[in-house]
Amino acid sequence: MLAEIDPETVTAFLQMYVFVLAGFVGYQVITRVPPLLHTPLMSATNAISGISLVGSLVIAGKGGDHLTSTILGFVAVTAAMINVVGGFMITDRMLKMFKRHEQKKP
Amino acid sequence: MKPTFLLQTLLLSADAAAGAATASTNAPRAVHWEYLTQVTYLAASVLFILGLKGLTNPAKARRGMQLAAIGMLVAVLGTLLHQQIVTYTWIITGMVLGSVIGAAISIWMPMTAVPQRTAISHAFGALAATMVGIAHFNDPGSETTLGSVEMTALGFEVLFGSLTITGSFMAFGKLQGFVPSQPITYKFQNASNIGLFVVAFFLFIYLIFNPDPEHGRFTATAFYLMALLGLAVGVLIVLPIGGADMPVVISLLNSYAGLASSATGFALQNNVLIIAGALDGASGFLLSILMSKAMNRSFANVLFGAFGGGDTTAAKAASTEGLTVNSISVDDAALQLAYARLVIVVPGYGMAVAQCQHQVRELAELIEKKGGEVKYAIHPVAGRMPGHMNVLLAEANVPYDRLYDMDDINGEFPRADVALIIGANDVVNPAARNDRSSPIYGMPILNADQAQRMIVLKRSMSRGFSNIENELFFNPKCSLLFGDAKSSLTQLVGAVKNV
Repeated sequence: MLAEIDPETVTAFLQMYVFVLAGFVGYQVITRVPPLLHTPLMSATNAISGISLVGSLVIAGKGGDHLTSTILGFVAVTAAMINVVGGFMITDRMLKMFKRHEQKKP
Repeated sequence: MKPTFLLQTLLLSADAAAGAATASTNAPRAVHWEYLTQVTYLAASVLFILGLKGLTNPAKARRGMQLAAIGMLVAVLGTLLHQQIVTYTWIITGMVLGSVIGAAISIWMPMTAVPQRTAISHAFGALAATMVGIAHFNDPGSETTLGSVEMTALGFEVLFGSLTITGSFMAFGKLQGFVPSQPITYKFQNASNIGLFVVAFFLFIYLIFNPDPEHGRFTATAFYLMALLGLAVGVLIVLPIGGADMPVVISLLNSYAGLASSATGFALQNNVLIIAGALDGASGFLLSILMSKAMNRSFANVLFGAFGGGDTTAAKAASTEGLTVNSISVDDAALQLAYARLVIVVPGYGMAVAQCQHQVRELAELIEKKGGEVKYAIHPVAGRMPGHMNVLLAEANVPYDRLYDMDDINGEFPRADVALIIGANDVVNPAARNDRSSPIYGMPILNADQAQRMIVLKRSMSRGFSNIENELFFNPKCSLLFGDAKSSLTQLVGAVKNV
């Protein structure tokens, strides 16, 4: 039976499992994030999805006669890196500002 | 290049140790590095989820995000070992350039510009995904042909990606002010937008059945045409959306950018990309549901409704005719605030525009010094993105345990001596509760009208974003303090000091 199935399709199904389960975990975790932190949440998920950087790295590094790939990869690396560095830094800058009342008293 | 070199040298010794285990393969060293890369990806996936989990508690949020950042670093280092990478020149140039731009934005950007930054960052994320998708199509690598399954992933990647690039850029433009934030509408707008999207979708279907550019004659044409249509749809779909609907739009684009990243993961068979994209997609989706609920509107209504356009308004103007508003002097307002036991501050987008969050905090501290208590009531869609008001007030050093969500504070308004409304309008309009004919009827609002008194800081009698009259302002318990919110607050601070 299994031998007749295209291996590419099998991989795709496994990937669907990963996607659906990750989406489910994400949904469960994020429903518990208080509205107070919704802005940092958005910049945090944005920074995290900057992981597409790892896809662009391979493309930008192919070298040789893959000139188009190198250019596209370079643009992608730059754009993803802006999100990764900017996203994590700004999330931290925002989270640093949230203080409880008690801590303010000298 | 040096750190990588160091790492590779380090790994060589690890390789030698583990060499015996998989001696049967042709290229044992490359295979081992691939395992290590996969381990870093697994670690990153776990750290990302832990990072987001940290955000469920404000006290642990920073540490959580630091974990996520470590996950990112590990995954990037793991990728740099990839055997297909032969030159680091462009990688390093891109990483340095991106880091400098990203760091510069995050250090010098004022907090009031957070919505714009978020919008443009979705564009960057989608741009990266789209570029990777096009490069993949152009040069699929070791496999000789693209299959239907791979093309399905690529199509999603490029279609969602291109749509999000321009859509987010338009949202950025509207928030930054170089694109008019009023809805731009024209005849047959929805029909033509849907038409364009349907054409792009059919091209996508064609591509799934003709995925190989070598054989399908129109495959390359269809692919690039689909990307162009995606770009066009992105612009056109955001044009008719007004400023106050931005919380929904930004959340939706957040979700799309995540889905594009996830599709990249499917195309590259990279699980950490699938997971991170799914987390981002789920988060954006959840936020857009919350925002839509807070406006009592459906996605379809936000995207195709062109709210705040001309057609909903005229009928409503009559109901408040003949009524008068009470304006109040700074000194009288200061007197009421100084002797209040409980003041509930209701901030809105106007506070962000006037950038007066610091003055708000100053006034609140004075009231507390006089023995009163100050709480802040935050409507989910106050401002231009989810959580906008919370971030601004946190920046002004307002402790976060004073910031209350709508459901937690609404019961307290009857007990409040003064509701101080700063630059908010539709979120306190009682018409949402009483007036069935109002376009905002059914939207959950803050019950500011139940407070003993209301003081509204307002520039003029102009209407809120929805362009409907707010009967709250004509309530006999309500007084208006006209003028720029920042200077009004500064004067109030001075006056309260002297009480």
